[in-house]
Amino acid sequence: MMASVAARELVDGEVVFVGIGLPNLACNLARATHAPRLVLVYESGAVGATPARLPVSIGDPALVTGSLMVCGMADVFQLILQNGRIAVGFLGGAQVDRYGNINTTVIGSYERPAVRLPGSGGAAEIAIHARRTLVVAKLSPRTFPAHVDFITSPGHGGAGASRRQLRMPGAGPVKVITDKAVLEVDEGTGELVLAALYPGVEASDVRGCVGWPLACRPRPGRVAPPDATELRLLRDVLDPERLYLKG
Amino acid sequence: MSDVSKVVSMRDAVARFVHDGDTVVIEGFTHLICFAAGHEIIRQGRRDLTLCRLTPDLIYDQMIAAGCARKLVFSWAGNPGVGSLHAFRRAVEGRGAPRLEIEEYSHFGMVARFAAGAARLPFWPLRNYMGTDLPRVNPRIRHVTCPYTGEALATVPALNPDVSIIHAQRADAQGNTQIWGLLGVQKEAAFASAHVIVVVEELVDEAVIRADPNRTVIPALIVDAVVVEPWGAHPSYAQGYYDRDNGFYVAWEARSRDRDALERYLDDFVRGVSDRAAYLEKQPDLAARLKAKERRCAGVNYGF
Repeated sequence: MMASVAARELVDGEVVFVGIGLPNLACNLARATHAPRLVLVYESGAVGATPARLPVSIGDPALVTGSLMVCGMADVFQLILQNGRIAVGFLGGAQVDRYGNINTTVIGSYERPAVRLPGSGGAAEIAIHARRTLVVAKLSPRTFPAHVDFITSPGHGGAGASRRQLRMPGAGPVKVITDKAVLEVDEGTGELVLAALYPGVEASDVRGCVGWPLACRPRPGRVAPPDATELRLLRDVLDPERLYLKG
Repeated sequence: MSDVSKVVSMRDAVARFVHDGDTVVIEGFTHLICFAAGHEIIRQGRRDLTLCRLTPDLIYDQMIAAGCARKLVFSWAGNPGVGSLHAFRRAVEGRGAPRLEIEEYSHFGMVARFAAGAARLPFWPLRNYMGTDLPRVNPRIRHVTCPYTGEALATVPALNPDVSIIHAQRADAQGNTQIWGLLGVQKEAAFASAHVIVVVEELVDEAVIRADPNRTVIPALIVDAVVVEPWGAHPSYAQGYYDRDNGFYVAWEARSRDRDALERYLDDFVRGVSDRAAYLEKQPDLAARLKAKERRCAGVNYGF
């Protein structure tokens, strides 16, 4: 469900910076359905990749075979990302807060972490440079606190300086796709607000999963479930071994 | 340039160019990670190393577990698509293991550090890190005011390792090295280093290199030693030679979580074997499982 909702956010012909996990699945689903001319860029250096198998990692050899270009990582970050060529960046996170800040670094204090997470990878610069960012994360109070323990990838600043004041080129997170609802950033406040609900989910279910008083669009939409084609592609073609699809 | 061959054994290359206390880089982004070199460094009992890599991966997790590292410089410390590097986590979370010093960037920051080092500049500017907590915990991420526009730009310091170890598909005996597939930051890391060890799947004649010079990523003029070590990147991969051993990466989650299981692995497959050939003899199924399929390109006309 999350993969198909994320896939629908992508427009044919766009240049997408693809992350590991669910974004990988979503981008390949979009390419197989409504966006065959989507250009997949992986931080490992594959540009215009058409992976013949679902890549387990973002450095999978199948990303190279048949891609349009393979370049070094200095080129990926300087000539493609910092150059402003990425329309959409995909990010996940262990924590996402009220203002769309993302933490993939530590739970607890940096010096004495309760849980040490992997860190930024390319996420910090994607959040800064991609023209818009889509965030994918499952809803739970632990994952959606009012404030993240560490800002790895910046959202909308909250009470601090705005993205424009900080001279960030990209618009930052515009939508957060969860397993119960889609949240959007309110342009006035920079806060995440409830925009659309999955079938069978009520606004109160979502409010119980976030650590701040969640505002709601005047008339939240309903997200359509994946259709038969999307389901067949996801289950039989893109992820038959259930690397990313669970439940 | 002398025509004397630089080909040596892995044992000799590590003995000569990797010393206690050195800053060591074994690069390769998912692709071409030289496990053979990491294992030899463990066997030779190196200590107090500053290990640098964008993604420490299983190789640095093993070297941290084996007690080789004093410090880790990195940008993403996980097991891609699987989970955690548990030896790394134990050392950073302070759960019984000796504490590991860390210095942390993003990928762009690490790439920029190697770029500065390769160009022999003191730092590299990048438009990055605004709104993040990374500069707060890493005081080496600083800022400079652009003398032309007045814009504040982030800076990272040059990274100039004592030695970089680069795995590649092929090189000649002088060290002219050709890589295809994902290129990572190998070129920048090699040019940034005081010494370079190249480890290859195949040693080829200089004529093979000269027939396709655009594929040369590292020229002999910066290479100190060439080691020929087929399957030397396993469980990482070499495009056109063998696939990534994803099963090994998946199994590492449970194996690295259990300190005893990790020690048993090091005893069986690293300390308990004399060299890479012995490591491969213990796993006779690798070729059947992982050997790459044929997918040749047509080549180009270099004539004039």
